[in-house]
Amino acid sequence: MANNQKQNIDYDKIAEMASFKALTKKKNSFLWTMTVIFLAAYMLLPVLTSYTQILHQKAVGDITWVWFYAAGLFIMTWGLAHLYVSKANSYDKDAKAIIDEYERGASK
Amino acid sequence: MSVTAVVMFLAIVGLTLVITWWASKRTSTASDFYTAGGGLKGWQNGLAISGDYLSAASFLGIAGSIALTGFDGFFFSIGYLVAYLVVLYIVAEPLRNLGKFTLADMINARFDAKKVRGTAALSTIVIVLFYMIAQLVGAGALIQLLLGIDYWIAVLLVGFMMTIYVLFGGMTATSWVQIIKACLLMLGTVIISFLVLAKFNFNILTMFSEMTTATDAGEAYLNPGLKYTNGIDTISMLIALVLGTAGLPHILMRFFTVKDAQTARSSVIWATWIVGLFYVLTIFLGFGAAAFVGKETIVAANPAGNMAAPLLAEALGGDILFSFVCAVAFATILAVVAGLVLSGASALSHDIYGEIIKKGKISPKEQVVAARVGSIIIAVVSILLALGAQTLNVAFLVSLAFCIAASSNLPVIIYTIYWKRFNTAGAITAMLTGLISALILVAVSPNVWNPEAGKAIFVGDPLIMLTNPAIISVPLGFIGGWLGTILSKETNEAKYREVEVKAQTGISVQDVSH
Repeated sequence: MANNQKQNIDYDKIAEMASFKALTKKKNSFLWTMTVIFLAAYMLLPVLTSYTQILHQKAVGDITWVWFYAAGLFIMTWGLAHLYVSKANSYDKDAKAIIDEYERGASK
Repeated sequence: MSVTAVVMFLAIVGLTLVITWWASKRTSTASDFYTAGGGLKGWQNGLAISGDYLSAASFLGIAGSIALTGFDGFFFSIGYLVAYLVVLYIVAEPLRNLGKFTLADMINARFDAKKVRGTAALSTIVIVLFYMIAQLVGAGALIQLLLGIDYWIAVLLVGFMMTIYVLFGGMTATSWVQIIKACLLMLGTVIISFLVLAKFNFNILTMFSEMTTATDAGEAYLNPGLKYTNGIDTISMLIALVLGTAGLPHILMRFFTVKDAQTARSSVIWATWIVGLFYVLTIFLGFGAAAFVGKETIVAANPAGNMAAPLLAEALGGDILFSFVCAVAFATILAVVAGLVLSGASALSHDIYGEIIKKGKISPKEQVVAARVGSIIIAVVSILLALGAQTLNVAFLVSLAFCIAASSNLPVIIYTIYWKRFNTAGAITAMLTGLISALILVAVSPNVWNPEAGKAIFVGDPLIMLTNPAIISVPLGFIGGWLGTILSKETNEAKYREVEVKAQTGISVQDVSH
């Protein structure tokens, strides 16, 4: 339906829309906050294992804490991947609303 | 060489050739060739990403590293997996929304400059060649060992197969070879892991307890530090692993095989589960090999430990499982090198020939011919390099490829999507500082120089002690891009608004993907 319009999309107009600015801000702050958190959790592992001994101690049986930290990183990866999907699905709705709003404006 | 092994190798060869024949009938346009027409489903692409990503370095290399160095080998599993969060959070969807066939397409969505495209293509080709040499040399050594044929015949065999898949079946054949390989690899890994667990009475605690006495490292085997004793070097390597994946051309290319950002998203979820499960199982492969094959036998077969997984399969399941695992390793290598050929060819034929030399004025028919010629060139060059590199220790090339990808490609991807002020000069300086600094730092590193003859490529003292320079070269890539940008007056905010809208909303994905 919108194929004709897509030939000449007024990107400046969309970029200036308040709803677009709000989405970008919300999305980017979520993405970069989470990225800083998971990279920090990940990089803390070699820092702890190289400069301290705290993860070298036995936790359960002969299993040392470092394996639990590693397991935590695996669970974090799967968990954050699914968190991303649920967030992204809601951003999709916002993006669709923005495009609808733009197309209504463009057809007037 | 056993009859079972030969039968299984031939089965892999036969099955993949049937797929290629089937795919060849579906490969007529450049879009079919590079992206399977953009028609893959999320689960298909997820499996194909896994098949593309889990290279021989993952399967044979990590199993061997864990067997020989305990937890230090498991660092790779962790880094390779967490890397998918960077791909998912930062790169996958904007890339799908902006690009067509290549990374350079995506950067060119913002900067329509031949210099930018050429630099991006150069960086892609360098990464592809390094990665490919590592795979082909590893493949040659492995098949030489398994089938008892000469190294050069083994390299030619793998090189021939990968060329056939790509040449006739393009991305469709490559994707299905990767999907089947991912299934076979998971099956083989699950079987071995199950047998290893059975040996420990299905008790994880027993397994860890027995590992404290199973190797000559004692309790230290379960802790980091057996191999990586230099903290900065360990941190540097882990930076390359986690940031490199999001810049690897053959992985990025896979996101153009799906129709939209939503499908790109679901394919990363699939890949994260499959790849993650595989990396969990590397613990069983490594521990099992250390306990039931033993360090001496592993090192005798291959000093880097690459034979640990096949030898473990032999110890647990006899000739049949050994042959199966070897055939899986063979399929693993084929799937990865085919993906590499394709991404190298896309940079050479689409970016350099089609867009730069022919200025985009190239007929659909010529595009396909160029794509096939490009594939042959990439394949032949990498086969020749691999034949010449037999005696070199090339294991470090995979982590070097990750390092270049993280230093050269990732900064430019992030700046292109998220930084308004970024400009043409910055794009070029980001890629070149990342690429050149990574190459120079590796050239003066202990991988290349060692005072003892035979330990590295040249005899002499390394200038730096880092085996992986990511901790220096990644920041240099970002700083290079920043400096290049602010030192140039050029701005293109209107173009940035377009890129931002496209990346965030996917509004024009039908336009760019044709």
